[in-house]
Amino acid sequence: MAAEGQKLPIAERRNFLKNGLMLAGGMLAGAAANAQASDKNLSLNLPPNLPKWSRSLGPGVLTNPYGKPSRFESHIVRRNVPWLTADRIASISFTPLAELSGIITPNSLVFERHHAGIPDIDPEQHRLMLHGLVDRPIIFTLDDLRRMPSTSVIRFLECPANGGMEWRAAQMDALQFTHGMLSCCEWTGVLLSTLLQEVGVQESAAWVLAEGADGAHLSRSIPMHKAMDDALIVYAQNGEPLRPEQGYPLRLINPGWEGNTCVKWLRRLEVGDAAWYHREETAKYTDLLADGRARKFSFVQECNSVVTFPCPEKPPTEKGRYELQGLAWSGRGKIKQVDVSFDGGVNWRRAHLKGLVLAKALTRFSLDWDWDGGPALIQSRAVDQTGYVQPTYTQLREARGLSSIYHKNAIHTWRLHEGGKVTNVQIS
Amino acid sequence: MFRLAKALVVLASATLVACSVSVNYDSGDQLDLSGPDQPEQVAGYYGVGKAASPEEIAGWDIDIRPDGLGLPDGSASAEDGEMLYEDQCAVCHGSFGEGVDRYPVLAGGEGTLTESRPEKTVGSYWPYASTLWDYIHRAMPFAAPQSLSDQDVYAITAYVLYLNDLVDYKFVLTRDNLASIEMPNRDGFFVDDRPDTSNEACMNNCKDAASIRITSEPELVVDVSPVVKSTATAPGY
Repeated sequence: MAAEGQKLPIAERRNFLKNGLMLAGGMLAGAAANAQASDKNLSLNLPPNLPKWSRSLGPGVLTNPYGKPSRFESHIVRRNVPWLTADRIASISFTPLAELSGIITPNSLVFERHHAGIPDIDPEQHRLMLHGLVDRPIIFTLDDLRRMPSTSVIRFLECPANGGMEWRAAQMDALQFTHGMLSCCEWTGVLLSTLLQEVGVQESAAWVLAEGADGAHLSRSIPMHKAMDDALIVYAQNGEPLRPEQGYPLRLINPGWEGNTCVKWLRRLEVGDAAWYHREETAKYTDLLADGRARKFSFVQECNSVVTFPCPEKPPTEKGRYELQGLAWSGRGKIKQVDVSFDGGVNWRRAHLKGLVLAKALTRFSLDWDWDGGPALIQSRAVDQTGYVQPTYTQLREARGLSSIYHKNAIHTWRLHEGGKVTNVQIS
Repeated sequence: MFRLAKALVVLASATLVACSVSVNYDSGDQLDLSGPDQPEQVAGYYGVGKAASPEEIAGWDIDIRPDGLGLPDGSASAEDGEMLYEDQCAVCHGSFGEGVDRYPVLAGGEGTLTESRPEKTVGSYWPYASTLWDYIHRAMPFAAPQSLSDQDVYAITAYVLYLNDLVDYKFVLTRDNLASIEMPNRDGFFVDDRPDTSNEACMNNCKDAASIRITSEPELVVDVSPVVKSTATAPGY
């Protein structure tokens, strides 16, 4: 264990750094006292002392006209896995799920997936062209779209490759990397069905091609039934204009479907009578099975869940009572129930669904949990409104083999070690 | 037709609500597909936007379908594409389509789709040749998308097909024959039929505790930067 000296778990390491910052601040008031302080409880900012920030003035309004998080939260950022992709232009970053509360992902932390980098689009010079099998092909400006009736919905957005590195074995060391291609925002825009009505869709129409304005001109064929159901052309995310990383100034949102179908920087919609079979729906985003055949147009993100506390980034720090938390979601509708196991799936306890339980949105669950300091194998298992139960790894691999890459939604296991360390494992 | 589709969607939503009465959910997320009270909507109801001219559409309408719809005039041989490929593509994809670093492998992999490490290439996996023309024209070369002429796209497409032994070096690819090229994995795809698993929400004594083994666990690391074992596998999206 002596060799563990440098191997502080992430949370302990963070506390160490935070304490260091607090102490550095305290130095101004009493260098001698703080120089010896090895415990944050000795800080001069704690009771019965009056904190230094209570005895002084802070900066005024507009110090940060847009605003930014506290400097003490600077570790809450998106991260990437460098070896996953050849470069960062066509790559992915991950949402720090362990650090988030509720069901909304802040815009700055929504995972990114770009195929040709982030285009710098002037909204005045951006257009949405809607043409093909329509009576009135139209070019819309952003102002045009904002004149039409708007709809706001809270929906998750997930890359179908979320967890894809875990098909063969547990290999990522943090929740951010096992499940972080996931986010949930309030999206505001115009229903695609409204736009299609406006241009007059012809009888033979069956598919809509959505295409981005970035260098990849990323394109996906969307079936007309989705286009006429809940597909949205959005210009806002969590109350503000879309972020450039999320498709500014305009993107498609197909609730509950592969993030890749939610085409960013949307410039064109073409109505047709057949699918286009473009690269992102043939070479990629198809699911290769063990028998060599592959699923195509596997749009739905099936029911999934993960425990977000405890996790490798947020282990328990001492024995006692905790609120275990996690997230569940389903592209087929609402979460009906979530169960949690502490013994690797032998016995399960029903979790509480917290706050809003919305269709095709992240749903937070919790459970009061008494940790005795011992080891545990912690799992969550979600059931959605269709009755579909999140599968085990064994079931998923029996159905699909190991080469699918996408749509891995197996029950996940955190190994809680005696003493509190949490690691990512797969179990029999 | 779409008024009917809309009615079906509304009906489907109502059915979902009816099925979930036993669970007390917030219902605030019900998508109101009916819109505000207003006259019957017909095309042009909002009257926004401007008519797209044929010229404007032609400038952006770049998509190609498996049946060849959308292909422009042109023709070129694999031979014509060899130097273009070397200049424009090989730096990432390799002279033989073998892929450099983690950039996509374009050729080879025949017969590997059932192996433990399948090599999904144009020749081994892609169902249609049209996808190749579309993608090269749409997004390649990586650093200068849509900089190739239609003629160059025909040439490079032909050359990548040649690298996969699907056409001869002298083969001339044209607007008229592209759709007739039969890709080896043309019939390898089927439409999504999930759910394909059926787990049960068992609550007690669901498995034998003594049978539980840890089958894999990454090396324990201290930092948030990802470190993985040497067996790490990238999904290759």
